[in-house]
Amino acid sequence: MYLLAIDWIFIIEKLVLIAAIVTLSMVVAMYATYGERKVAAFIQDRIGPNRAGPFGLLQPLADGGKLFFKEEIIPLASSKFLFILGPLLAMVTALLTSAVIPWGASMNIGNRTVPLQVADVNIGILYVFGVVSLGVYGIMLGGWASNNKFSLLAAIRGASQMVSYELAMGLSLIAVLMLTGSLQMSVIVGEQYNAVWNIAYQPIGFIIFFICALAETNRTPFDLPEAENELNFGYHQEYSSMKLGFYLFAEYINMFISGVIMATLYFGGYDIPFVNEASLAQHIGENWVALLTFLTLMVKALFFVFVFMWIRWTIPRFRFDQLMHLGWKRLIPLALLNMVITAVVILWLKK
Amino acid sequence: MVNLAIQTNLDTSGSYLPIGLQLLFAAGMIVTLMGVTHLLGPKRRTADKLQNFASGIESHGEARQPIAIKYFLTAILFVLFDVEVIFFYPYAVNFRELGWSGFYAVLLFVAFFLCGFIYIIRRGALKWED
Amino acid sequence: MNITQLLFWLLTVIAIGSALMIVTSKNPVYSVLGLIVTFFAISGHYILMNAQFLAIVNIIVYAGAIMVLFLFVIMLMNLSRATETLKNKWLQIVGAIAGSCLFLVLIAALKNTEIKKNLVEMGTGDIGLVKSLGRELFTTFVVPFEISSVLFLSAMIGAVVIGKKE
Repeated sequence: MYLLAIDWIFIIEKLVLIAAIVTLSMVVAMYATYGERKVAAFIQDRIGPNRAGPFGLLQPLADGGKLFFKEEIIPLASSKFLFILGPLLAMVTALLTSAVIPWGASMNIGNRTVPLQVADVNIGILYVFGVVSLGVYGIMLGGWASNNKFSLLAAIRGASQMVSYELAMGLSLIAVLMLTGSLQMSVIVGEQYNAVWNIAYQPIGFIIFFICALAETNRTPFDLPEAENELNFGYHQEYSSMKLGFYLFAEYINMFISGVIMATLYFGGYDIPFVNEASLAQHIGENWVALLTFLTLMVKALFFVFVFMWIRWTIPRFRFDQLMHLGWKRLIPLALLNMVITAVVILWLKK
Repeated sequence: MVNLAIQTNLDTSGSYLPIGLQLLFAAGMIVTLMGVTHLLGPKRRTADKLQNFASGIESHGEARQPIAIKYFLTAILFVLFDVEVIFFYPYAVNFRELGWSGFYAVLLFVAFFLCGFIYIIRRGALKWED
Repeated sequence: MNITQLLFWLLTVIAIGSALMIVTSKNPVYSVLGLIVTFFAISGHYILMNAQFLAIVNIIVYAGAIMVLFLFVIMLMNLSRATETLKNKWLQIVGAIAGSCLFLVLIAALKNTEIKKNLVEMGTGDIGLVKSLGRELFTTFVVPFEISSVLFLSAMIGAVVIGKKE
């Protein structure tokens, strides 16, 4: 099975994993829309979607199907190529982040150890940071290409907001990396595996990261690019059909992935709390443990997704100057202070 | 040569190949989905329908106009701060070996960073309300 | 032809093709997009040389930060077709001559270097990893590192002074 010096079994294994992860992201994003409406309904004392299938469980499928059959509208005044490129970029960047996340303990298929991670690269977390920094383009290109004043204003606001919170996010990560001493995601999880989770050492860092994750995914209280009372519908108001669907999907995928990343960095990743996975593997086999660890990660990630929704239906949105004030003048100094204090404490204790 | 068969050493460029695969997979899937919706949806285009939406009134002029300098200033400061943040990453990885001497070097760097930061705030570059 | 060579040529074609797009396209937004693609292709080259940190920093700083600034500036200028500036024919000719001169100098400079020798380690080697890079940066090159922070400080002051002119 060697052609062009490539191990084709390796390629097939990775392709299956990639297909599984991309499908998982899409399915979670679809059902997150259902979850969002149910959570909103619960908080506002309503029932929520309940017509399509039992408990309205088929609602996301109906919504998704509808998007396929809607008329595509490309306004005459828009720049056509960029108008199509915008949602495409938003979706591609949303789907790419998941490449470096370890989704569970390794599986064992036919004497081959299959890690549940697409690429365990040396620069792991910087890769995530890099892909997140590219997320701005989807919003900016889409909003500008629409040639609509509301879209333009929303796009500029969105871009400014995302770049501002990227700084605090990058700074809050440094303190975690000082604890682990590596950027590799598998090492970050390995350090917490059957040990104390990073959240115990980095509560402030986690809170900063969480706030920045809300801002990066354009969720309330940071959903100014979609502030409908001042900007109609935001940067995607000229969009229809699947292109609109991609923008909305990208938001939910980003939400899910940021939940996974928070779980990985601060809450032990796929580590099952209070359980020794190695001894469990001897009882029930490696593959079952891999499945259990994967489910653990999903529970942690979906909990964060739930918190995101809870916040959305509880807190009103910021004004733009308040948002910039919080990002630049509060979070950046706080993250910097957190970094310096972490460094001093670690160096002090080592002596 | 990138030997992909040997995955013991994770620090080679071969470990990036799956990321390329994921990029191709994701882009291919999205382009296909867009193509399918393009074929499936109805196409009844009229000049009125393809106008920009401006809350029901006729839209005036184009949305290609200059905006406030504050946004540019934010972007420029972001670029500068972003590069400074990137410098901390190699430090965080080597932090334990470098010990106190490395810490003092970074502390000096942070001090310059803070000087610039305080100057920016004092000059009101990040003030949004006029 | 093994896979590294294949990828090398592919990335080279993408880099040069998109670089040509930057110069030739009429719409400046497409030029910026071409530049972003070029940065990605160059990052791909860095990865082939196993300069992993450089590759990702190239993406974060250039593609993710500086290009956002470029887009901001270009998108928010007055780009309507009515206000397109008239291009001076003489300026174009002079520009073409100056560009070819630079190209000639570059070729002359590269001709004398021994480029045929295998200059870089392909795929392996740990010089470009974050760990070894950080070790060098914070021990051997700690003084340039501190000086760079002074540079940042001056850049910040410059940006604010120009941007906040009252």
